[in-house]
Amino acid sequence: MKPHLTKEFASDVANRAIKRGASAADVVIRERTEFSVAVRVGEVEKLKQSTDQGLGLRVLIDGRQASVSGSDFSADAVTSLIEEAVELARLTSPDDTADLPDSQELATTIPDLDLYDEAIVRLSTEEQIEMALRAERAAQEYSNQIINFDGGGFESGRGLAILANSLGFAGEYRATSCSLISVPVAAEDGKMQRDYWYDVRRKLSEMDSPEVIGVMAAKRTLRKLGGRSVATQAVPVVFEPSMARDLLGDIFNAASGESIFRKASFLVGQLGEKIANERLTVIDDGTIRRGIGSRPFDGEGLPTRQTVVIRSGVLESYLLNTYTARKLGLNSTANAGRGLIGAPGVEAGNLYIQPGPYSQDEIIKSVSKGILITELLGFGVNIVTGDYSRSASGVWIENGELSFPVQGVTIAGNLKEMLNSIEMVGNDLDFRGSVVSPTLLIGSMTIGA
Amino acid sequence: MSAHIRMDAVRFFFDRYGLTAGDIDKLLAAALARGGDYADLYFEYRVANAVNIEEQIVKQAAKSIAQGVGVRVIIGDKTGYAYTDEIAFDAIRQAAETASHIARTGGSKRLVGVDATPNKLNLYPVEVPVSSIELSKKIELIKHADKAARGFDSRIREVQSSINDEIKYVMIASSNGRLVGDSQPLARFGISCIADDDGNRQVGRSGGGGRVGIDFFESKMTPEYFASEAARQAITQLEAVPAPAGKMEVVLGPGWPGILLHEAVGHGLESDFNRKQSSAFCGLIGQPVASELCTVVDDGTIPDRRGSLNIDDEGEPTSRTVLIEDGILRAYMSDYLNAGLTKSARTGNGRRQSYKHIPLPRMTNTFMLAGADSKDDIIRSVKRGLYAVQFGGGQVDITNGEFAFSASEAYLIEDGKVTAPVKGATLRGNGPEALKHVTAVGNDLELDPGVGICGKEGQQVPVGVGIPTIKISEMTVGGTQK
Repeated sequence: MKPHLTKEFASDVANRAIKRGASAADVVIRERTEFSVAVRVGEVEKLKQSTDQGLGLRVLIDGRQASVSGSDFSADAVTSLIEEAVELARLTSPDDTADLPDSQELATTIPDLDLYDEAIVRLSTEEQIEMALRAERAAQEYSNQIINFDGGGFESGRGLAILANSLGFAGEYRATSCSLISVPVAAEDGKMQRDYWYDVRRKLSEMDSPEVIGVMAAKRTLRKLGGRSVATQAVPVVFEPSMARDLLGDIFNAASGESIFRKASFLVGQLGEKIANERLTVIDDGTIRRGIGSRPFDGEGLPTRQTVVIRSGVLESYLLNTYTARKLGLNSTANAGRGLIGAPGVEAGNLYIQPGPYSQDEIIKSVSKGILITELLGFGVNIVTGDYSRSASGVWIENGELSFPVQGVTIAGNLKEMLNSIEMVGNDLDFRGSVVSPTLLIGSMTIGA
Repeated sequence: MSAHIRMDAVRFFFDRYGLTAGDIDKLLAAALARGGDYADLYFEYRVANAVNIEEQIVKQAAKSIAQGVGVRVIIGDKTGYAYTDEIAFDAIRQAAETASHIARTGGSKRLVGVDATPNKLNLYPVEVPVSSIELSKKIELIKHADKAARGFDSRIREVQSSINDEIKYVMIASSNGRLVGDSQPLARFGISCIADDDGNRQVGRSGGGGRVGIDFFESKMTPEYFASEAARQAITQLEAVPAPAGKMEVVLGPGWPGILLHEAVGHGLESDFNRKQSSAFCGLIGQPVASELCTVVDDGTIPDRRGSLNIDDEGEPTSRTVLIEDGILRAYMSDYLNAGLTKSARTGNGRRQSYKHIPLPRMTNTFMLAGADSKDDIIRSVKRGLYAVQFGGGQVDITNGEFAFSASEAYLIEDGKVTAPVKGATLRGNGPEALKHVTAVGNDLELDPGVGICGKEGQQVPVGVGIPTIKISEMTVGGTQK
């Protein structure tokens, strides 16, 4: 154990900041070791290996706030970071709301959420290369229309996160992760298409096999071949899980305390109101064992928890850190995110939409004419107004059957109306990442073509 | 004088970390100990500052220091990479040893000892970088902006403004004997505000900067200018009507709407995708990919610009590359690896986010040359269409060519006149086809004010774009009005 990668070291830095004149301070220390291999057409393309460490210090002097970060843990470098933080803070404005959490809110025990897997740490270079190559081979063997790959590979990492503050909190946890991605290219009539599939887990044993990932990547790529446009019209839209999670990301941005206290969200003032169809329940949970978004304490040292954001269509809670909660006269939901630099932000834990009763097939069968969305491009989502406009690809639905691939259209609507017209929620929830959703059917959106 | 400044980055690393040219040679030899065609070391020391104002108070100030060395070994089309955040001989040698594992042929390459050479270009001769300016002076500037935005209209409420600046020293040493350095200043002012008219809330955003000193914000483009621009956008959007849906004529205003080029053709013309034959532009050199009115260049050599560099992140001088000439595809943008593998010229487009990242072919400043038409004539020629002047981000699928970029300020054109503002809408097109529909190019080329960030394979780098007013006869507009 390196002496500077400890809770004691972090606590000491926070306490030294107090001695230098800060009224409050917190310190984050991170270390992460990563390995990645990229393969392409049966060969290793890139091998990369790294270990990073960093220290971030935030100080407050009666509401004046500043932060500093560095990767040099030498005594001189740390001393100068502390001095610079205090000096910077003296130049900012007093902000009554800016402070550490109340000490009784801080985590007193650090639960083991089973986030660390020795099997990942023990993986050899050869094993990781082989998994990446197996996914590619499986995609290639699935169809002779798979002619190329635009990347793909395996990544593994392990990290240590330490947080300490001047109220006496000191916590640490370790976590691992591994991910596998395959990106095949298919061709038909001289036109190429690319798609991908992946898995990301905290435990190696929970990851889909390379073959399952490769075949899914191939299927997704092949179904884009021959895509064409349709007429401009308003139709029901089915978001498959990998696209519905994107929509859930928009809901997160709108429900984040940072958007709410700035009045930069269409959900401002809607707490307790019905904002979505009663079929929609959105939950954030930072405590799920082995969850990609799990952590025992948040970026300010509060114990993570489960928060129901939307219950049966009613907005029940925003997602808050200490600052945004105090701004709104509410309590933190332990969603403080914390990088090495800057004041804490708001971060989801594992954010998901509660699954409904329907299979994706049943949802598609219920649509007489519409579109299944499988890819979205562009950033045309306005969280302030809810206006939504993006470029899309997918599969046309005719009489409850998947009919032909669609490319080159836009879909548009407004999030407020979209949330209210969620007509069906799928049963296909899968924690492939930290923001996840089952298939969703939205009553009507405008297709532009 | 300027030659002295340019040599400073190499001296900075040698003095600060006690390294010599002999050490560098030994480290490159360690990287190639198991074989390989090429190795390089990328040293970086970066200090970044940020300060922001919100609710009329200075909410926080921040300073971060990052340092490290990335070691790369190339053999054929394979790359080994490792880095360390400790700039010391032993730590770098260990990274070199890790990176060397990509090769298994045994070391046989004869090394050329490194020799420091000055840069030819001196594109950002900033006397005092923004990162050396005292915080109180930056606070003054953002306070002016805050005041200007609030003074613009009584309906302007939440105002956030910030200055982000950095100074980055880099030193690149390669096994073919190159040893070069650069000190790269970068600064960006940004502001966003919300207009609230009885519950109708709309947002406006603006900002700019470049590889500039504080004088840029004091005299050229002031925070007050960006503030009134952001406020004007927010107020304009209060009156916005739903955007139309479907194909129509689109006129893009000059400057930042050049993001069209970045997405429609830029990424597809990066040489890695073309070497790997995964780009929709693959094999189209010499073929028409745009109307003959279109000439598109990527130019990393424009003084002061956000996307400019004296040397790219592989130590190669940047250049001006004509990508599309009178509608004909002429060249791809290349880094060391892909230029070598495709036996084409390096174009100085090898870039990386930091020492933690492997270089990739990336854009610098990408823009279309001016044409002959006046903006007014172009608008007058449209019976029914969309006039889009401000955009958020864009995205592209380089394999099928589909791209999207999202307008944040746009107006209807009816019978040759600009009329109602419309709600934000995404515009889409297909790369090799979209520019074939360009039917007019204005005489008013502008580069963007200096805010662009481009993401590729998880790496963010600063870029510039530019375009004159252009007319596209057919493009899909993603509105809600049929």
